Amino acid sequence: MATLKALRDRRKSVQSTQKITLAMKMVAGAKLRRAQERVEAGRPYAHRMRQILSALASDAQALETPQPLLIGRGGTNIHLILVATSDRGLCGPFNSSIIRQVRKMITSLQEQGQTVKLFCVGRKGKEMLAREYGSLIIESFTDVGFPRLRFTEAQRIADSMLKMFEDGLFDVCTIIYSHFRSAMIQEVTTTQVIPVKIDVDQQEKESLPLQAVYECEPVEEEILNQLLPQNIAVQVYNALLENAASEQGARMTAMDSASRNAGDMIRNLTLTYNRTRQAHITRELIEIISGAEALS
Amino acid sequence: MSVFPFILISPEKILFDQEVSMVVIPGLDGDIGVLPQHAPLLTLLRPGVVTVYEESKILVRVFVDGGFAEVTPERCVALVTEGTPLETLDKAALEIEIKNLLEDVADSRTPEERKQADQNLGIAQAKLMEVLTIQKLR
Repeated sequence: MATLKALRDRRKSVQSTQKITLAMKMVAGAKLRRAQERVEAGRPYAHRMRQILSALASDAQALETPQPLLIGRGGTNIHLILVATSDRGLCGPFNSSIIRQVRKMITSLQEQGQTVKLFCVGRKGKEMLAREYGSLIIESFTDVGFPRLRFTEAQRIADSMLKMFEDGLFDVCTIIYSHFRSAMIQEVTTTQVIPVKIDVDQQEKESLPLQAVYECEPVEEEILNQLLPQNIAVQVYNALLENAASEQGARMTAMDSASRNAGDMIRNLTLTYNRTRQAHITRELIEIISGAEALS
Repeated sequence: MSVFPFILISPEKILFDQEVSMVVIPGLDGDIGVLPQHAPLLTLLRPGVVTVYEESKILVRVFVDGGFAEVTPERCVALVTEGTPLETLDKAALEIEIKNLLEDVADSRTPEERKQADQNLGIAQAKLMEVLTIQKLR
């Protein structure tokens, strides 16, 4: 049986751990709220952009010079996977579930005989993939969006992706990130960004000005030239925002259950501690009484 | 006087969303005045000032650093990278910024860096120009 002192120390250490996890939970909760607001704030832009893009894209096939960002380059041999993870740990299964999805995708693509390259955003993803797929990582960004994600950062990432695309380093690009459903639920999501997949849902389609013949200034092609790269940046930005919210959500949930576990542990330790103390006292009493009896 | 909704959005937030009677947006080849029932138009925006009118008064002036605008008879939507209300821009600060950016342009080594620096400089210069114009008007 452990000594009283050992038990006391043990309980103290669990208590301070609980304090930390509780504090982390609170911080994550506050950050989550802010991250959520930013996700909401980012939606209108992305939504409008998709509308404009789909209005333009519908007759983009007829353009003289095809837009590789829109319809691809024909080949789909080299896949680039943009892996969006967090920089910090202690957020439950957040990073590992993203990485699991990435692994699955790499394996299935490689089985089809395609080349896979990785672009890591976030320190954790890079660390976790480096062991197995270190040679596939062609670019990585860390400390993005700290303390707060700005659009310019997403643009920087998008720019470096676009440059690689122009240099012919890949044909298809997919982002894997965690979509924020609620603090409890985060969904790992796979979105193809290059070439752009435009899926306008029925409702959006109807709200579109039907066959609106837009006057374009300058020509349609020029606009697409600007719109498509911007769209990539917006997609990256959105993915990173969703990821940030998911990360905080996952951390909050993880820290909540950690605090609860610590609470259980403290209760058990206190119980054992009290029992041991009682046993000590009883033993000492017995010793005194039996000593006294022996004398009389 | 009839009104129509004008929405100014940046990726980070909605900058302006209100019924207005007229907006003037900085099109690539010149300013475009948009009134209700404007013909459908899709245009690129250059760095410049978006002026929003209510009745015949100017409601706000916002400096935008380029983007797109979609005009339909019912509404006008401008997607910009960043927007700053014109009155928050400061002439002295801009002059310093331009000086720094000029150095950036001189320091840039790769063509990409050069392009980026040039672009930033262009935006800052456009900002300064607009600030000066406003001052003259007053």
